[in-house]
Amino acid sequence: MSNNQTEHQLDARRLLCPLPVIRTQDAVNKLHSGDLLIVTSTDPGAKMDIPTWCRINGHEVIDIKEREHEIIITIKVNQQD
Amino acid sequence: MNQQQKQQRKAVALVSGGLDSMLAVKVIQEQGVHVEGINFFTGFCVEGHTHAVRKKHKDKQKRNNALWVAEQLGIKLHIVDVVEEYKDILLNPVHGYGKNINPCLDCKTFMVKKAVEWIKEHDFDFIITGEVVGQRPMSQRRETMPIVEKESGGNDLLVRPLSAQQLPPTLAEREGWLDREKLYDFSGRTRKPQMALAAQFGFKDYAQPAGGCCMLTDENYAVKLQDMWTNRPSRDYELDDIIMLKMGRHFRLAPHLKIIIGREEGENNFMQGYKSQFVSIFPTSHPGALCLVDGEFKADQELNQALALVARYSQGKNSPEVTLNVRQMDGTEQEYNIAPMAADAIKKEWLV
Repeated sequence: MSNNQTEHQLDARRLLCPLPVIRTQDAVNKLHSGDLLIVTSTDPGAKMDIPTWCRINGHEVIDIKEREHEIIITIKVNQQD
Repeated sequence: MNQQQKQQRKAVALVSGGLDSMLAVKVIQEQGVHVEGINFFTGFCVEGHTHAVRKKHKDKQKRNNALWVAEQLGIKLHIVDVVEEYKDILLNPVHGYGKNINPCLDCKTFMVKKAVEWIKEHDFDFIITGEVVGQRPMSQRRETMPIVEKESGGNDLLVRPLSAQQLPPTLAEREGWLDREKLYDFSGRTRKPQMALAAQFGFKDYAQPAGGCCMLTDENYAVKLQDMWTNRPSRDYELDDIIMLKMGRHFRLAPHLKIIIGREEGENNFMQGYKSQFVSIFPTSHPGALCLVDGEFKADQELNQALALVARYSQGKNSPEVTLNVRQMDGTEQEYNIAPMAADAIKKEWLV
């Protein structure tokens, strides 16, 4: 991780579609380009929806892990505006 | 062409994830307008919740249709949480409810109003919806569509590309940002024109062609919501309340007591997360469903009824006795043994 890159955690467990996406969106909007956001969700839909949200908004999913019932998605923020 | 006409215009579209809003966006994109989508989360458009939780739906693709549509169209999508603001729309609709507890006219007006605020904040030029004249009995009638325009403040900023030729020209048409001749004149409940336009655009996969993912139009859901309101001192609700109405079998044993019994593993797992908010019951001698207790037991008879019902929905339903654990919200637990309730002892009026 570079000096300018900061890592942030988002706990979206127990939330169901579309709330994990909304919480991700709201968290990403407060971050800077290059920052990492690690989202933990228990909604199986998040595995598809969060990467879709990232693609259409220009952010990069750099890792998706599954651990027991949790889905852990790491996003690299890219603020275009 | 002057400078103003050369500037690329920007529109925000109310994207539900259904076909009509998908077509409306595409029609406007075809005219060179930059379009972004907006989707409002009221708490009641919860198709995804059921699919996420219930194994019964495991074959259905777990996707958010609004996001999926946005990606197909190549547009950004802004999802806005309006759960708190929406309470007033549902509880106090100026124009009343539809067939169930659906305040469609107030709801559409609210969403357009929010979109008006959004375009002012983001410097966009107009708003698009997928509405079609005569398609819905409440909010999409020729007489009610002007109410939405007026009460939302959208007025002539509101473009309905699929029915535009049936309606007065909007600002975007008058200013030449849109060519009215390239908009459509759909009306009525038939879906054929939309299907044909979808084929023309090459859209093969689209969700719920008739729209309507709102739980408030669902009769079973409406009955559960009415029951909750009837038996609580206030009609106010939290997001958890309206999600729980979709989970499990609901038995109203008394005005002060309802129990919710999971129908399958997925629901049981999800309901586990609520054990710190509800007293819960689960069988320990046999595999079975988790039960959450909404309310309180004021008499031993009520506790026994709940235990016997939970035993009934366990794999011990034919056993003489089932052992159940009652867990309080603070984690203290107590075991009970009870005979499962006979099928004919379950009162019809209990089932919500």
